This record gives sequence, C-alpha cells and structure tokens, in this order.
Amino acid sequence: MPSPKRIGKIEFGLLSPKEIRQMSVRKIIWADTYDDDGFPYPQGLMDLNLGVIDPGLRCKTCSQKAGECPGHFGHIELAKPVIHVGYTRLIRKLLRVSCRECGRILLSPEEIEKVIGTEDDLTGDLLSEKDVKKERICPHCGSQQLKINFEKPTTFSEVLLEDGRKVEHKLTPADIRARLERIPDDDLRPLGINPAVARPEWTILTVLPVPPVTMRPSIILENGQRSEDDLTHKLVDIIRINQRFKENQDAGAPQLIIEDLWELLQYHVTTYLDNEVAGCPPARHRSGRPLKTLSQRLKGKDGRFRGSLSGKRVNFSARTVISPDPNLSVKQVGIPLSIANEMSIPVPVTPHNIEEIKEMVRIGPFRPTLKSPCGANYVIRPDKKRLRLAEGNTESIVEMIEPGYIVERQIRNDDIVLFNRQPSLHRMSIMAHRVKIMEGRTFRLNPAVCPPYNADFDGDEMNLHIPQTEEARAEAAILISVQENILSSRFGGPIIGGIHDHISGIFMLTHTLRWFTKQEAIYLIRPLKIERLGEPGKVEGGVSYWSNKQIFSLILPTDLNMVYKASSCQNCDTCQKEQCDRDAYVHIIDGILKCGTIDKKSVGAFDGQIVNRIIRQMGMPRAAQFIDDMTALSIRSIMLDGFSFGIDDEDLSKIEYGQINEVLSQAAHDVDRRIKIYEDGQLEPMPGRTPEETLEMQIMQVLGKARDKTGEIAGRHLGLSNSAVLMAVSGARGSMLNLTQMAGCVGQQSVRGERIMRGYDDRTLPHFRKGDRGSGAHGFISHSYKGGLSPTEFFFHAIGGREGLVDTAVRTSQSGYLQRRMINALQDLKVAYDGTVRTTGGRIIQFTYGEDGTDPMRSSFGDPVDVKGIIESILKEEV
Amino acid sequence: MSSKLNVLDHDMVPQHLIMSEEEVTELFSRYDISSDHLPKIFHDDPAVKTISGKPGDVIRIIRKSHTAGEALSYRYVIRRPKK
Repeated sequence: MPSPKRIGKIEFGLLSPKEIRQMSVRKIIWADTYDDDGFPYPQGLMDLNLGVIDPGLRCKTCSQKAGECPGHFGHIELAKPVIHVGYTRLIRKLLRVSCRECGRILLSPEEIEKVIGTEDDLTGDLLSEKDVKKERICPHCGSQQLKINFEKPTTFSEVLLEDGRKVEHKLTPADIRARLERIPDDDLRPLGINPAVARPEWTILTVLPVPPVTMRPSIILENGQRSEDDLTHKLVDIIRINQRFKENQDAGAPQLIIEDLWELLQYHVTTYLDNEVAGCPPARHRSGRPLKTLSQRLKGKDGRFRGSLSGKRVNFSARTVISPDPNLSVKQVGIPLSIANEMSIPVPVTPHNIEEIKEMVRIGPFRPTLKSPCGANYVIRPDKKRLRLAEGNTESIVEMIEPGYIVERQIRNDDIVLFNRQPSLHRMSIMAHRVKIMEGRTFRLNPAVCPPYNADFDGDEMNLHIPQTEEARAEAAILISVQENILSSRFGGPIIGGIHDHISGIFMLTHTLRWFTKQEAIYLIRPLKIERLGEPGKVEGGVSYWSNKQIFSLILPTDLNMVYKASSCQNCDTCQKEQCDRDAYVHIIDGILKCGTIDKKSVGAFDGQIVNRIIRQMGMPRAAQFIDDMTALSIRSIMLDGFSFGIDDEDLSKIEYGQINEVLSQAAHDVDRRIKIYEDGQLEPMPGRTPEETLEMQIMQVLGKARDKTGEIAGRHLGLSNSAVLMAVSGARGSMLNLTQMAGCVGQQSVRGERIMRGYDDRTLPHFRKGDRGSGAHGFISHSYKGGLSPTEFFFHAIGGREGLVDTAVRTSQSGYLQRRMINALQDLKVAYDGTVRTTGGRIIQFTYGEDGTDPMRSSFGDPVDVKGIIESILKEEV
Repeated sequence: MSSKLNVLDHDMVPQHLIMSEEEVTELFSRYDISSDHLPKIFHDDPAVKTISGKPGDVIRIIRKSHTAGEALSYRYVIRRPKK
C-alpha cells in the first residue's frame, strides 16, 4: 500500500496573460459556431483545435476522437482590459493601500512592522485596508492620496476636490491596471500576496481563456437543431462586443461611444464569470431564464462540488412506494417481481454450480411467476464482454457457458439487500433485509420496522440497493441487518418494536384475566411457529380453557424473569403490586406472565422492556424472533375482537354534557370576576409581574383547569370499552388530552404560550367589543371537536394551528443544516484499537471514546450496566 | 480592588497540570503519537497562564465526567496566532 502523503501547503495564484496565451491552442476571433453544413468555423468558438464533441471528427490538436480528446483551451484578445469580478475586493484593497503615483504601500517600514511583526517573528497580521488612513500623503514620494470609491459590481472612482466640491473621477480598468503594475514585488508580501504566482495586475483581464468545447457541448434537439451551451452563448456575446469595440477603436470613434462599449464588454465578461453578482442584472436566455455561467456551475447544492463530486448516482438500486405487510418478518422486505427481474447479482461459474447457472440462463430475463426459479439478465465472458440475454439467444448462450464465466442472475428470495429511507439521519436509516418477492408494485415491510426509518404509508418511497460482492453481502448480514439494529445507538434501547395496532392488540389480549377455548387459542397462535399449546389453565364442565397470559407466555423465552410497571400504571402512592386494579404490575417468572398487562412499555418501539431484556440475556436473533411472534400474535388478537373507532365513540350522556357546561360556565364566570377585580384596580400583582401579566396567568390557569375537568368528566363516562381510551391507556396512539378535546372541550388556543392577542385594534376579531378580555374573545374554545366549533372559535383554532406548522417547518430546515455541518465535521473520525477517537491523520480527538469508552448501543438507556434489571432477573422479584 | 481571580478555583474549570518530560515521553509512546497529534491549547488560555505553561508544554487535564467519574485529557500548548 502506498504510504499516506501529507499536504504541506496549498498555493493559490492567478493565471497571467502569458500563461493564458501559452496554454491556448488557438486565438478565437469569430463569434460564429457552425457553418451551414454543420461544420465548425475555423477560429470560431467551436474550432476543431479546442477539442471535438461530434462523433466522427478528430481533434486538430491531439488528433483523438470525440470522447478521448480531453479538450484544449483557446483565448480571446480583449480590445481593452476589463476587471475580473471575482477580484474586486482585492483590487479595492490594493488601490486603497498603495500610492497613486509611486505604487508603494502608504506606510513607512516601521508602521508595517508594527502590524506584521519583525523580520524573524512574522507572527503578526497581514496588512488590511483599515491599517491605512484615507487621503493621507505617501511617505515615499509625498504625493497627496485621493479617496477611492467602489461601486458594485465593477466601478472604481477617485474623489477629487474641485472648487470645494467633491467630484468623482472614474477610473478605467486600464488606469487601474497601470496603478497595480506599479506596486513593487516587495510591497506585496506584507499584503499576503506572493508576487511570483499572483501579480495584482493579473486581476485585470487583457486576454480571456476560452474553455474547451468538451466543457460546453452543444446538444442536438429532436428537430435536428443545435442548441448551444450557456457558456457558448456568453462567449458569443463577448466576442461580438469585443469585435465591435475594436472596429470603433480603429475607426477613431468618439470617446463616449468607446466608453459605452467598454462598459458593455465589462458587463458581458462579468456575467460570463458570475451571473449572480449584486448590482448587476443577470444575463438571460431568450426564454427569460438566467444563464448558468461559470460560478453557477460550481456553487450550491447542484453545483460541481456538492452535486457532482460529493454526490453520486448508483446502479443496482430501486425505488418505489412502500406499504405495510404484517405477515412479513421484520427481517424481510417485500419486492415486486418486476423489480426483482430487473436487478441482478454477479455469480462466477464454477464446476459446482454450473448446472444451476445454466438453468438460470435458460430461463433468461423473463421470470414468469413468483414461485419460479430466478433467471439471468447478462452473461460476462472471461474476456469481459457482456452478452445480454434476450428471448431468442438463451439456448445458444447456455451452450457457451463454462467455468470462468460470470452470470448476472436475478434477485431471488432470501438475497440480502440494503433498504433505505431519506433523510438518512442515523445508522438505522439503512438496514439490510432479506428479499421476499411479492405481487404488486410496492416495497412491503413489517410495520414494526417503521420507527427506525421514520416511515409511514401515506405515499413514502424508499430505496433499495443490491450488494454486488461477497464482502459487501457479508458486511450487510453481519453489521447492517435488521436484527443487529434493534437497539438504537442513540440511547441503548430497542428502536424496533410494536406500534399502533400491535400495542392495542397485545393490550387487548393480555389485559386482566381472560379464558379462551381451544379453538380460539389455536386461532391466536396459528401464525406462530409453536407446536404445543401446553396444559389448559382450567377445565370447566369438560371444556378446556387457556388463559390470555398463558397464550402470551408461549412467545416468551423460558428463562425470562422480569418485574416492572406497564404504561397504564398510574403511579399510585402505594403500589398494589399483584393486586393492581389496572393490572399494570407486570411480573414474568421463568418465561410465564404471572400478572400484568403487556403494552407499549413492554413491547413498543423506543421502550420495549421485554425486547431489551431478551437482547441482553439471549441476544439479537432471539429478540428478532420475539418481535416477529409478538407482532403476529397481536395482529391475531386484535382481529379476534375487532377494533374500530367512530364518531359515536365520542358521545357522552346528557348528565356529562350538563356537567361539562356547568364547569365551563363556572370558569367563564370566574374569568369575568377576575377581570372585574383587575379593572377595579384591586388585583394584587404577583412578584415580578405586572397586573396584566398576573391576570393573563390567572385566566390561563382557570381555563386550563376547566378543560382538564371536562376531560375527567368525559373520561368517567368512557371506559376501556372505548377504543380511544384503550389506545391512550395502552400507549398505542393518542392521549387522554386528545380524547378530552374530542369529547369534552378543545380548550385555550395559544400563540407563543400566550392567549391570542393579535388582530385588530384592542380586539382579536370584529365580533368582539374593544378591550374585551373575556375567555371567548381571546381564543378559548369551549366546544369539543365532536360538538363543533363556532365560527370565531374556528378562526382561533386556525391561528393556533398555524403556529405549529410554522414551528415544524423552521425546525426541520434548521436542524437539517446543523446536521449537515455536524456530519461534515465528524464524518472521518473513528475509534482506534487503543480506544482513542482519531482523525484519519492520527490526530487525537478524545483519549477515551465518550470519556468512558462505552458503546451507547450496548449501554442500557445511557447507563453502562443495567444493574437493577440483572438483579431482578436473578431474584425473580422486585428490588 | 480585590486580588486577581484564579480561574482554577472555579468549580467548572477542570484541573490543569504541566507534565514532566518523562511523563510526556511515556504519553507519546503509550498512544504512539507525536506532539502534533495532541489536541492544542493556546499559551494565553487563562488556565494555562495560571499554571504558567509555555508553548511546547503538554498539559494534563483531569475532568469530572458524568459517565466515567474522572476523564483524562492532554493538550499541547501552542502560541496563539494573531487573528
């Protein structure tokens, strides 16, 4: 391996006119491109010396064909010098620090030394504009200096004092160039310029390089017309004006016309270099689209750096919409047959697999059904020649095949593939799945792997990549596979687990004690690979029954011991333990669920206590198995009873509506009473607050309490038989607050944590009196979503809702940019074998990774060791 | 006026110590590095000034760590480039 090289320094310089002429292969004088026969004009912009793009022609410089010739630069002799826009800042600085007569820096050697340091201690600063006072006298030749004005984009002028008035005198690029030429080499070094590679006068262009045609190829449209590149268009403009300028100059045109042409030339050269300069209208295409010139090619997201060099497109990838399939394992991904037929894996032919491969080639590129064995798309001969398999040629190619050939076979079941969803914010955004070829046109995945991808099925698309080498496939299987990524490296807990219906289902199955007949029990466990149902829990009247906890215990590993509190735990002052009337005390002994309800805390993504315990005790494969079993069982159990939610699930009885109205009108009265106190000046302000603020806080508090009370009233009526309550309690989706808003009262709408205050003079909407401070006038919604909002309430709701939308939009863009900068800073760091974090150059960033050397993925929710969990699993009881 | 503040007395400033030459050689051989692989610290850093570290010194910093109790770090003193 070659030893790594170290970059000592990088030198930036300017192209001198001499160098430009030297590298030029042709002087370009004609603005035309092709003649009537479609042949390039000699000395035109498409001159054959500059390289070739049309097939069949040969480059006149290197006599290579199109595609082989890299292209060669030409040059344009400008009639008069023009300023290079990229260097206007530098030119301004140089004009301001140098003498207009002798060209020396306007500072004495002592003054220079003060800024940059002495000869042997050059640790100081470089000279800047600010070090030179304006309009001073040159210490070298004693001439009075003038103020230099700079006007964007390229105008420089001197300010003269004539009869006490200030008069601006414009400097032409030629004047500026003459002044820059006068600056001696030795005076440039304190300014940070190396005169050997960057004489300042080279910032004024006298000759313009013409880039090779290969970097500005013309395209031929369908109608046979040629369409030139934006750069070519711009160069045409430059040459035209340059030519006209020369003619006028030779004819001795009046100064005014010359100046106009000079400015026009300057404009074209400026926009050729950068078409987004401030103070300069962008050059446009005939269609009105701004031209994409040199600077625009490099800049920004789709520019050369971020778009072409850092970002690359790849082969062997597929993209389509995703949809859920709970019957898949989390390790699998469903792939449409049409995609599997298109994508391939190269397989070398050996004496051991030759018959199998011949069969694939015989099938060819058209695999008819899901069940049929895979075919092949290409055959690569030992001489690297690719043969495309088509309907007619399979038999003849089968004859040729012998060891040494490589066959690109189609994707088949259990191939390993990488699956990815953007934005790829963490490592779990790309995971390796096993292929399952399916009907349809979408990728299918188990909903339990949605959390790591942050995927849903409202039209999300995902990408799929096929690893092409054995090494890549091994890496995918060992490092990137789904089962190796159940634990998040962010917090050391499971990120893959049940969501939504999985949690509702497992909650409905395991909540309190329930008995199933054999028929029901078998219905539940049918999708599981379980062979024995076990002894029935009870026999009544000759009929055997199995308890719900028994059924769930079937999918638990036999040596699992856990004690914890479920999501539905209310954190009572004294825990009732086994006697908990919510059945929230989970106790598992030797893989048997003794009591408690399985819900989000046990199996949910991000929580998953049981999943976590299984991983620590039995490893990733067993955990993946458990997740598969759990999702299958929960979907079965939710299907056993059925689960739905409708508008009448939000209905309350007359009594509750009466109570809610009572609470709300009391709150409204309370608010009015407090406003009265405030308006009478009797309100005692809270420490550090104005009376207004105190009143606002009190009102918010009163109304908040009122809403919570309506929620309680609604909650009393709606029990676990209500689907929304069940989802909220089990942690599957939504909260009691959502239910309160649907059935009870939506509550206070707010903007920036305060009641809604904006709108018209002294009132939010014209429906209220000026100065009204009442609850309804500032965004309190006393109705429920079910009951329906009044028009003013609806308006306030829209105001409050908009704030949320704006917040998310701003947050995502800001965090995206932060993420980008973070990745750029950290992407090449790695943990070395001695535990240090180092850059690629071996520089140490951390002496021990994360100060404790702990892999967060193998930590337990941030702690190095889960002491409590280990003790509890051994003692089999709570500690 | 009161006497000058010693930054090292502040609760949030970790302990800074200048390492002896033997310690530095040991450190370099332990990590198989040279001085330019170490993190840097400027010579006019308030903590460095307090313990009168000079450019070329290596400073051992002993931090309190949430995860590891105590975390060691080493920094190489360099001159601050002017602006």
